[in-house]
Amino acid sequence: MNTTNLFKIAFKAIASNKLRSFLTALGIIIGVASVIAMLAIGQGSKRSIRKQISEMGSNMIMIHPGADMRGGVRQNADDMQTLKLADYESIRDDSHYLSAVSPTVDCRGQFINGNNNTPSTVYGVNEDYLTIRQLKVEDGDFFTEQDIKTAAKVCVLGKTVVDNLFPDGSAPVGKVIRFNTIPFRVVGVLKSKGYNSMGMDQDDLALVPYTTVMKRILAITYLQGINCSAITEGATDQAIDEITSILRKNHKLKDATETTEADQDDFTIRSQEEIASMMNSTMDLLTILLGSVAGISLVVGGIGIMNIMYVSVSERTKEIGLRMSVGARGIDILSQFLIEAAILSIVGGLIGVCLGIGSAYVIKAVANMPVFIQWWSIVMSFGVCTFIGIFFGWYPAKKAANMDPIEAIRYE
Amino acid sequence: MEGNEPKKVVIELQNVKRNFIVGDEVVHALRGISFKIYEGEFVTIMGTSGSGKSTLLNQLGCLDTPTSGEYILDGVHVRTMRRSERAVLRNRKIGFVFQSYNLLPKTTAVENVELPLMYNSSVSAKERKERAIAALEMVGLGDRLYHKSNQMSGGQMQRVAIARALVNNPAVLLADEATGNLDTRTSFEILVLFQKLHEMGRTIIFVTHNPDIAHYCSRNITLRDGQIREDVENPHVLSAADALAQLPIPQDD
Repeated sequence: MNTTNLFKIAFKAIASNKLRSFLTALGIIIGVASVIAMLAIGQGSKRSIRKQISEMGSNMIMIHPGADMRGGVRQNADDMQTLKLADYESIRDDSHYLSAVSPTVDCRGQFINGNNNTPSTVYGVNEDYLTIRQLKVEDGDFFTEQDIKTAAKVCVLGKTVVDNLFPDGSAPVGKVIRFNTIPFRVVGVLKSKGYNSMGMDQDDLALVPYTTVMKRILAITYLQGINCSAITEGATDQAIDEITSILRKNHKLKDATETTEADQDDFTIRSQEEIASMMNSTMDLLTILLGSVAGISLVVGGIGIMNIMYVSVSERTKEIGLRMSVGARGIDILSQFLIEAAILSIVGGLIGVCLGIGSAYVIKAVANMPVFIQWWSIVMSFGVCTFIGIFFGWYPAKKAANMDPIEAIRYE
Repeated sequence: MEGNEPKKVVIELQNVKRNFIVGDEVVHALRGISFKIYEGEFVTIMGTSGSGKSTLLNQLGCLDTPTSGEYILDGVHVRTMRRSERAVLRNRKIGFVFQSYNLLPKTTAVENVELPLMYNSSVSAKERKERAIAALEMVGLGDRLYHKSNQMSGGQMQRVAIARALVNNPAVLLADEATGNLDTRTSFEILVLFQKLHEMGRTIIFVTHNPDIAHYCSRNITLRDGQIREDVENPHVLSAADALAQLPIPQDD
């Protein structure tokens, strides 16, 4: 019997039991669709987080004080006073791999404008901070070097703060607002960046000269952190090594000798890459979790095919007997049922692929979740479902092929 | 029967035995059967249940192989053939007609008749259809080609089954209680068809337990306990058409 005839027979068998065939394929359809949709959600989240991390800054390196132990007690990084302005200056002056360096000191407090007020955070930074964090001034200007030198009471507001302080929509630039008790002149407004992947409002801030925060608000001489940008992504590691050696030298930390161990760093350096890879591994875990749940439903779908094929074989015992008596060989019967199972799983797989892609877009549109469909997830789930269909179709088909025609034809 | 006419031997059984092992016991279903059937004969094989006629039919139909002895079908030794070879042999040389028709459900008459040719890859789709239609016309169902099996009466279904058995132009037509499920009138109609096929030169073996059918056949073989009890030529073959004409015409439908 030639292949065309086998396909004709299989199609006929499927078509004559439309509802049952559909229900059989439904397991596969749902399995494939959920694999694709789940992987799309996983990949989408991963991509959007990566994007947001890269929007956080360009090749950003963050230096924080810390990793200090006193009497065996690890100290809170915020209490550390090991990072000084001198460290910032030597990093700025001596480094070859950094394109921008900004000290950071921050402080939470209440902003007040007339009878509107809002809690927010002021970040004391320099003008490099815009480059590092990829911020843009939408309205007005950023503060100047002169403002930093004089510890001027000027600020650049984020969108959220502006919305809360100026609900009537009036232009904030040039206005004087208060942070706690200190009056600040608004010189600019930052372009909105929205929420980041961790749900933080990236517009809920105000930038002021770091000198102002240190001298006028917090009255401190140390820095809470230093943010830098490496010249390229590839230079990040060299830049970290360089910063480490500069800071170790500044802090007079001893290197390892033959007799003594090296002093521990009293600072921590984290790069954007590290954060990205950390987030990636979390998201990969999520993707694997979602994918494996969906994978299980695919296997269950396959078992559904096996189940129905079994029923189909017993139900059609007489037909099998007849086919054998008019000359069907075992291999013909085997192929017939195997092709039937394969068609069910392939058609189910195709519908599942369409449904999966469709539902991914529906999720994107309705739930506003980031989705990204990778071609390999389609190929993989389709391949797996075809394999499952044939694998689970094999056993019932074999049972049919091994039937004794004498008994099959008289089966009632 | 001395076989003095120079006719071709279609079926030859030489001391065919078939034993079944049931538990520890050996059941001798066939205890040495020998006969020849020549081309163009219309033979009934009769016997009560348990006489071995079903087992014999399975042997003749190549569905089973003898424990010992030889079965030669149209010059081919069947006993040593493998399962798949016998399937091909059935496809080319045998046409089955069953008591319960065994048509494929929800399938048109043409498609049912095409079935044996589907398993013969040397027949093209076009030729297959032409031959199926020709076979259906021969059994008088030229106007019912595309009726589905569940839209036909028992007699019509059996005609489709006969057409299916004829479509591969078999060496022998094996009918297993082919009229068993039909009423008297329809049974005669089917017998008329078989007689017509016989006249056209077909070799027909009709397995039945109904002794009346023997009158319409050219030769009667009677089995008992796995052996041939009687093998006689029927000198006065009755015409099924005459018998049909004498039946009272049904009034109610």
